Amino acid sequence: MISIRNVHKSFGMQKVLDGLDLDIPDGKITAIIGPSGEGKSVLLKHLIGLLQPDSGAVEVDGESIIDVRRSELNRIREKFGMLFQNVALFDSMTVFENVAFPLEEKTSLSKEEIRGKVLSALEDVGLKNIENKFPDELSGGMKKRVGLARAVVLNPKIILFDEPTTGLDPIIKRAIHQLIKDTHAKFGFTAVIVSHEIPEIFDVAQNVAMLFRGKILQYGTSDDIKNSDHPAVRQFISGSLDGPIQMI
Amino acid sequence: MVQALGHLTIGIVRDLGRTGWFLLYSLYMIVRRPGSFVHVLKQLRFIGTKSLFVIVLTGAFTGMVLGLQGYYTLTKFGSEGMLGTAVALSLIRELGPVLTALMVTGRAGSAITAEIGIMRITEQIDALETMALDPFKYLVTPKFIAAMISLPLLCAIFDVIGIYGGWLVGVKLLGVNPGAYFYEMEKSVVWRDVYSGFVKSFSFGVIIAWIGCYKGYYAGHGAEGVSKATTESVVLTSVIILVWDYFLTSVLL
Repeated sequence: MISIRNVHKSFGMQKVLDGLDLDIPDGKITAIIGPSGEGKSVLLKHLIGLLQPDSGAVEVDGESIIDVRRSELNRIREKFGMLFQNVALFDSMTVFENVAFPLEEKTSLSKEEIRGKVLSALEDVGLKNIENKFPDELSGGMKKRVGLARAVVLNPKIILFDEPTTGLDPIIKRAIHQLIKDTHAKFGFTAVIVSHEIPEIFDVAQNVAMLFRGKILQYGTSDDIKNSDHPAVRQFISGSLDGPIQMI
Repeated sequence: MVQALGHLTIGIVRDLGRTGWFLLYSLYMIVRRPGSFVHVLKQLRFIGTKSLFVIVLTGAFTGMVLGLQGYYTLTKFGSEGMLGTAVALSLIRELGPVLTALMVTGRAGSAITAEIGIMRITEQIDALETMALDPFKYLVTPKFIAAMISLPLLCAIFDVIGIYGGWLVGVKLLGVNPGAYFYEMEKSVVWRDVYSGFVKSFSFGVIIAWIGCYKGYYAGHGAEGVSKATTESVVLTSVIILVWDYFLTSVLL
């Protein structure tokens, strides 16, 4: 379980997280929704220690990741895989090298075994015969799938998805969501998805947390949030301009 | 006003601390985890081999201009036979290491900053960290090792080409005695001169890798951030090289 307690984070004068509390259960898909610029990606980066909070606690399976030694943090990070918003594939490497990289660095598998695992991971995300291409030769959807293959190839316990479908067409979007559900069903990892794909995300995630003004406004099952009475949650789901969320 | 001054001071102190820490941690990582041999070879090719052409070209013309200027000055004292000594000592002790370092800064230092900066803004460095891998092992230490090996070698090539550039102008064009050119040079250049040139080159290699990697690693946001980091990297590296050169010269003289 990932536990976040009273986390505060500011960038200069801008307060992004303001005493945030959240528990992310094992083996489930938890979505974090909320208006743009409210700090969803910032929150996600706190879960894996890419950002350190100004105050508060973040624990992964009971172990703190705040102010720990790099070696200790890296040991905890081995539980994680992450799919970045811009995928963050290594642009000087081919697709094959990108997916093989974590295996080469973190395991002692032979070249043949690594090749087998990479091709199988690529096949799981529906990609064939592209292993010698470079990331800039791929479409947005294909990059996301390669990123997903790289994130799952070490079979991590927890996978973080930062807006996995942003900028994709509706069909690819649905395909990526289906892929996340399928790989989750196959591997059973804990998934945390930052998304503003409403209403699709309710079909993907089991739990949904709405982030607003630096705090979790409401947290519950997908159905709880979908049927919420909270005015801000209702406004966000319906996409209405009228309500407590004032964007303009 | 006081608050702004305070912020500025804190910012400067923090940046200085971070820059110093970056150097110390890079040197520590070279000892602990130097990175793979293949990564170091790739960087040797990039920083060393690919700089050869520009080093040969600048070395040749620097030697040639030294030959011209040296001849013009020495003939006033009737000592044009000392031309070889003047060219060789200027190159080996001073111009070879400094000009080599400045040329490599322009060619490779800027590229190092741009490469690491782009990796920073496209979250590729974050991706390495999320895989529980130390980015220094892949991005920083191979560049440090390659720069520390390449710079003294490039400087040696610069010196040799420069000496022959001076020979071409002095001996072949202006008629200085060829025997005197090399004999006087051999008589007056001592091991200490060569050694001090190599010490300078080696330390300039560290400076190029240090500032190049540091500026890229902490590049700001977007294309503008990388472009600013690249400019700052070239300017700062060049200034540090010249300042450090003065201190080293005063110690090694």
